[in-house]
Amino acid sequence: MGSALPAFDPASPQAQAIHELFVQVLCISAVIFTIVAGLVLIAVVRGRKRATMPDQDFGNEKFEIAWMVGPIVIVLWLAAVSANLVLTVNAVPKAHPAGHTDADLVVTAHQWWWQVQYIDTGVVAANEIHIPAGKKLRVRLESADVIHCFWVPQLTRKMDLIPGRENYVWLEATEPGVYQGRCAEFCGVQHTWMEFKVYAHSQEDFSRWQAGNQVVGAKLEAGNLAAAGQALFMGMTCRACHAIVGTEAVGTIAPDLTHLAGRKELGGGVLANSPEDLRRWLADPGAVKPGCKMPNFKLTDAQLDQLVAYLGTLK
Amino acid sequence: MSADALDEIAASDRARRASAHSLLAWVSTVDHKRIGVLYILTATLFLVVGGVEALLMRVQLAVPNNTFLGPELFNQMFSMHGTTMVFLVGMPVLVGFANYFVPLMIGARDVAFPRLNAMSYWLLPCGGFLLYYSFLSGSAPNAGWFSYAPLSTKPYNLMQGVDYWLIGLICLGVGSVAAAINIFVTVLSCRVSGMSLQRLPLFVWMSWMTSILTILALPALNAALAMLLIDRCLGAAFFEPARGGSAVLWQHFFWVFGHPEVYILILPAFGMISEVIPVFSRKPIYGYSFVAASSAVIVLLSYGVWGHHMFAVGLGVTANIFFAVGSLLIAIPTGLKIFNWTATLWGGSIRMTTAMMFAVAFLLMFVVGGLTGVMFAAVPIDWQLTDSYFVVAHFHYVLIGGTVFGLFAATFYWFPKMTGRMLDERLGKLQFWLWLAGFNCTFMVQHFLGLMGMPRRVYTYGDSPGWAALNAIATAGAVLMAAGTLVLVWNIVRSLRSGGRAGDNPWGGFTLEWATTSPPPEENFEAIPQVKSRRPVWDLDHPEVADWKTSKTPADTGWRPDKARASVWAFVASEAVFFVLLLAAYVVFNTRHTDGPNAANSLDVVRTGVFTGLLLLSSITFWRAERCLSAANQRGFLRWLGVTIVLGVAFIAGQVIEYYGLVSDGVVISRNLFASTFFTVTGFHGIHVTAGLIVLCVLFVLGRKKELNAERSGVLSAVGIYWHFVDVVWIGVFSIIYLGYLQ
Repeated sequence: MGSALPAFDPASPQAQAIHELFVQVLCISAVIFTIVAGLVLIAVVRGRKRATMPDQDFGNEKFEIAWMVGPIVIVLWLAAVSANLVLTVNAVPKAHPAGHTDADLVVTAHQWWWQVQYIDTGVVAANEIHIPAGKKLRVRLESADVIHCFWVPQLTRKMDLIPGRENYVWLEATEPGVYQGRCAEFCGVQHTWMEFKVYAHSQEDFSRWQAGNQVVGAKLEAGNLAAAGQALFMGMTCRACHAIVGTEAVGTIAPDLTHLAGRKELGGGVLANSPEDLRRWLADPGAVKPGCKMPNFKLTDAQLDQLVAYLGTLK
Repeated sequence: MSADALDEIAASDRARRASAHSLLAWVSTVDHKRIGVLYILTATLFLVVGGVEALLMRVQLAVPNNTFLGPELFNQMFSMHGTTMVFLVGMPVLVGFANYFVPLMIGARDVAFPRLNAMSYWLLPCGGFLLYYSFLSGSAPNAGWFSYAPLSTKPYNLMQGVDYWLIGLICLGVGSVAAAINIFVTVLSCRVSGMSLQRLPLFVWMSWMTSILTILALPALNAALAMLLIDRCLGAAFFEPARGGSAVLWQHFFWVFGHPEVYILILPAFGMISEVIPVFSRKPIYGYSFVAASSAVIVLLSYGVWGHHMFAVGLGVTANIFFAVGSLLIAIPTGLKIFNWTATLWGGSIRMTTAMMFAVAFLLMFVVGGLTGVMFAAVPIDWQLTDSYFVVAHFHYVLIGGTVFGLFAATFYWFPKMTGRMLDERLGKLQFWLWLAGFNCTFMVQHFLGLMGMPRRVYTYGDSPGWAALNAIATAGAVLMAAGTLVLVWNIVRSLRSGGRAGDNPWGGFTLEWATTSPPPEENFEAIPQVKSRRPVWDLDHPEVADWKTSKTPADTGWRPDKARASVWAFVASEAVFFVLLLAAYVVFNTRHTDGPNAANSLDVVRTGVFTGLLLLSSITFWRAERCLSAANQRGFLRWLGVTIVLGVAFIAGQVIEYYGLVSDGVVISRNLFASTFFTVTGFHGIHVTAGLIVLCVLFVLGRKKELNAERSGVLSAVGIYWHFVDVVWIGVFSIIYLGYLQ
């Protein structure tokens, strides 16, 4: 799952460029630190042995100015390289070079989950961003409530999602793989469990995923556990918050569940999406993710079985 | 003299000493040394509180998926930890040292305004109490130490914690500005003869620079706090995007204050090690004028770099590059200082006392924090590392490796002067190694956690590879730092009781505080050595190699500005920043056309124009009153002052009429952003006019009693600066709001 040291394991041209700059600056910093620490330590070691009255040296303007040359050169170089990166590799993609008027993807941050909307197909997902590898996607970042921050260390720059404002980033993965993402701006009680993952697929796999997500829930056989669960879902207040395409559940304030069973994780990364964990979640969301917005419905064991069965059909 | 008489004298002497140390004597003190000690003790108390908060967080984070604190409490802990360490520890302890040592080092009897000094101090426990009272209201503030909107606005934060945070910080902000004005004027006006500004000890110079920063940066915070308080309590929507407000505006206002704040916390520490390193190297500071001038450059640059806290906001290419270049430039004056401190050590005869060890550790640790700071100035690197544990590591290297180590150095250096007793060096060295090891354990690994993708401000984390081990090391380090702090407390208690006697100048110090007894008498000095260089006490001790013989420094011209006038100028500068920000908010929110009331359809320009005329006229009548007073024409003075008061009251009456009309039409502060900005700007101006009127009335009464007369006309002209300033602000308000300039 992802990389252990993502900042040193870039997987997109953009992250690669940031990484290279970081390594350069890190090396220069190491050299500077070594020089300063070396001089300080030599001065201290030699100075401790000196018992006589030292020369009363008040300074030397020429040395001061000579010393400034180093920092000035480094600062100018760093300013130039940073500006160049800001202007090129990481330029804010306000306008799409291919002439598209809209973004490819819209990511909307909520307290404490991510909504992902595909403009072309209308597919809506939550906490998972599936992309074709090798393709540069233009992502519009919005917030439904407070300020959040979109951070996928291996793929792209950090960018805030700010209510009343639209921000854009490029999202691209060179190779297929799974890339960890997180909210990086403190956004309230459950800022911690506001993770997501970017799944980069080969073009064929991505098309398959996309096609699968455009198929809407199969008809349920009346009388089985899942059908009872569906009736429960529609009968309780679940549908006021959640949407399931093809049913009367059209809520938008909580994650879209149309393809819930296809997801790997629940609750912004707090649980794996297994039937047992789903049951745990439904039984008391606040016990798993304290402070989360989904209430505890005090479901009975039978109701839990029905709901888990129904949600399991939403492939 | 008989034995009885001697006994009697001894008894009354004991009684006097006992009463000098009674609680009442401390509470009612206006002596800068005692106030300094009170500041330092209060800060130490809050250091323990903020440290316990940090320890609780580290316990929570010691193992993955921990449930020790839970998210709500954890969020309160880091919000309170940050707020406490910045506002209740860092600023007060530095103000405390400045309070104690600035007057001593410039050969002054006290600060410029001793009673104002007491007020500044007492606002500190008051603000701290308000902040901590929030726990009893059900929730401490939980939106972080920078309380980003809209998370801190009412719709997302219903508890009262943020309200207490706002009120507490306003209280502390007022105290900080008052203290800074005091230090600023003390340095300008209370220097002993011979102490030209170019001969100030560097700690005094840095404290002076810090006071300028505080005077000009705190009002930005106060403006933001006032606006958020109006949002939360009066229903305005400055920072609520859902109702047209701006989430980003809060960030701009906060960081316009917040970045200079970093230098408010580090410049005095620069000053401290600039005293400690030379003394324990037995050399003068290398390149004094470069160290001093580079600090002035930092002060200037610090107002132009706030945007580097906002590189992830999406401000756009131009803003990002501008703030990147500004931030990178700060590396040059800072690097210059490192060079000068190293050069001071070079060739010195070095005594590795505890103070010196902390100063040397400061050099190395601060360089680490400075270098990671340069990384954050490079925008793309910031895009990767900001808001991660890497930034937590960075600012702790600056604030602990820099500020705290500087403070420890100063504590060991100056404790003998403050108490007359030496701190124990063996305990000091134990504390040093505990802190050095603990600090690096805790924060060095956090660089790696950041690179591993751990965001800041998370209450727990899953069991990702390596996270548990590094977090456990960080927690262990925190325990070492706590142990080191206990050693310091024990050292202080022990030394107060049985530490070795210090004598006047135990370290062979160079500056004037070492020319008096330890602790200094209430009046500070019995005799002040002649000041002919930057190191008067060195000159006294080493007449054969006195500085003034070898190194020329600009002589004192004797210029000492009037205290009252200087303080009002500083105050007015501070208030000007406050009003500029409020007016900026007005312009931001009123440039686009909105439905409902606006300036064009709600305000009566002609009527307000007339009242504006009256207010401006009052400046002229005030000027006449001033002329009369300096010409010793008491009756003329009273007449013109009376007219000024009447005109001011008329202006306020006009404002009341205007408000009444608006409120009757349903234009109240919560109506829309025009109404919110209008009432905020004009309301604060009205408060300033009213405050001015109260002062004028007091002066009028004093004039009637002939206590304010030609000899004391300086007071009147100081008040005049304020009164004219209020008029100038109104010209800005009238032009922008009523006449629509800048929109």
